[in-house]
Amino acid sequence: MSTAVARRSTLPGFGLTMGLTLTWLSVIVLIPLAGLFLKTFELSFDQFWGIVTSRRTLSALKISFGLSFAAACVNLVMGTVIVWALVRYRFPGRRLFDAIVDIPFALPTAVAGVALTQLFAQKGWLGAPLAELGIKVAFTPIGIFLAMVFIGIPFVVRTVQPVLIDLDPEIEEAAASLGADRWHTVFRVILPSLIPALLTGFALAFARAVGEYGSVIFIAGNLPNVSEIAPLLIVIRLSEFRYADATAIAVVMLLASFIIIFAVNRLQRWAQTRIPTH
Amino acid sequence: MTIEVKNIVKKFGDFAALDTVSLKVGDGELLALLGPSGSGKTTLLRIIAGLDWPEAGEVTIDGEDALGRGASERHVGFVFQHYALFRHMTVFENVAFGLRVQPRAIRKDEKAIRARVKELLDLVQLDWLSDRYPSQLSGGQRQRIALARALAIEPRILLLDEPFGALDAKVRKELRQWLRSLHQEIHVTSIFVTHDQEEALEVANRVVVMDKGRIEQIGTPGEVYDNPATAFVHGFIGESIVLPVDVSDGAVRLGGRPLNVAANGAAPGASKLFVRRHDMQIGPAGSGSLEGAVRHVRSFGPIQRAEVALADSEGKTVIEIDAPRDRELQAGEIISLEPRRYRIFAAHE
Repeated sequence: MSTAVARRSTLPGFGLTMGLTLTWLSVIVLIPLAGLFLKTFELSFDQFWGIVTSRRTLSALKISFGLSFAAACVNLVMGTVIVWALVRYRFPGRRLFDAIVDIPFALPTAVAGVALTQLFAQKGWLGAPLAELGIKVAFTPIGIFLAMVFIGIPFVVRTVQPVLIDLDPEIEEAAASLGADRWHTVFRVILPSLIPALLTGFALAFARAVGEYGSVIFIAGNLPNVSEIAPLLIVIRLSEFRYADATAIAVVMLLASFIIIFAVNRLQRWAQTRIPTH
Repeated sequence: MTIEVKNIVKKFGDFAALDTVSLKVGDGELLALLGPSGSGKTTLLRIIAGLDWPEAGEVTIDGEDALGRGASERHVGFVFQHYALFRHMTVFENVAFGLRVQPRAIRKDEKAIRARVKELLDLVQLDWLSDRYPSQLSGGQRQRIALARALAIEPRILLLDEPFGALDAKVRKELRQWLRSLHQEIHVTSIFVTHDQEEALEVANRVVVMDKGRIEQIGTPGEVYDNPATAFVHGFIGESIVLPVDVSDGAVRLGGRPLNVAANGAAPGASKLFVRRHDMQIGPAGSGSLEGAVRHVRSFGPIQRAEVALADSEGKTVIEIDAPRDRELQAGEIISLEPRRYRIFAAHE
């Protein structure tokens, strides 16, 4: 059986584009990552294991992944609400709000970090009233979580928005004419149609939060074991010239991220086959 | 169930989509709303369904006011032109949807729902597709599923918006007959919207012809075809020859020359004479009040269709007539024409 590659195709250019794709991905993504892996081989397995299971590393990973997951969950819910408002209603300033969603994309992350820190510091506009309630945001894990929510929100909004726009309003009318109330229409008809897009948005927001460095370190406080994220630990190890240590942590982050993103992708693929697009 | 619509007014901005429309639909009727696009027929259907609200007027279903209730409380089955099936649900779940979202107090148990869905899928003859997703079905199958879904809630009335509009000609024809026989079987009061006159005449037992937000005529297919109430209906339903005539002193003149037709009480002044293509009697030259030269003849099936340039207007007016093939016409031949059946409407209509 000959493969599709060998046969004449109505879509020419496979060889050229595939070649470019492989070259590009290799140069930009795969070779640097391979270098990362190679660097860890300077360590023996016991050393490697010791580094990645040390208390500080485990805490940092837990903080990074745990808070990223929480932030992505919040973004999933709030992003969906924002998309709904932006797509379904016409109100003054809608375009402005629509543009505001993109700010976390465009803003240098350090600027975001400084701004959030100022806002939530003990004497900040929001920090002061919260402090009176006994809630400390800046320089705690809550601050990290907040920064992660901030940078992740556009990912959910921008992936779900076009899908909701394309969603045929007739299916809602159909649901209504069949006797469904709003609750049933939203939870049985609209949301299930959005699941693939929601999963993609979630995965992107999560990935971005795991990798976020700039905005988080300003607000985090960076106390080892309490509010130190894994990317910061890597930078610290690098500044101590402990390159192998840094790469060991990086490899663990890479693998964990890959597994999570892969799982979400599979889930999304599964949802997609259930909701084929025509 | 009866439906009564009284003096409905609906505007989209400055555009009057419905201009004081009133209509009564009797129990068990299969009614067609027929008209060109923009005539307001779909808007009227959507108002009855509760998917749109009028500025003024009343809608009652079985004597009960309907406008105070939303679509989900009206118990009305609605079938959309583009099916509007739920893509993430199987055919089975699509049909079951209306049963599953019923208030807990009256909701059937799972076993009863399954039985009902099975029954409906049998009714539309698609029970073998119950595990498929809508994207795996043909257009005709999707529309039948959409119909089964609408019927699942045992609607008081069934409304269909251009139900066959998105289907190809052959499937459309099959589904028309199928809808007709289905209606005979279940006998639910139904209204369907169409712009296809053939569809309306073939399926409905009464036809409502609409134009520009108004009802032009309501009647059986025979009535609207044979006795069109207005120039619009005459022109819209069936093929018509339209000749500009002048009515004065009970005489009808075309280009100054009297025609052998009675004015039948038509108002004096500029008017239009409407004749069906097949209602032109053909005779040898000199035997009728109209005369013309045959320019072109096409014969197919039982008829020949001839293009005739009328002599009275220096060959400017060209009409198409259908004649039986008992006497073959030749291009170039001069023939006389006499309208057998005709209608005269004032020109401004």
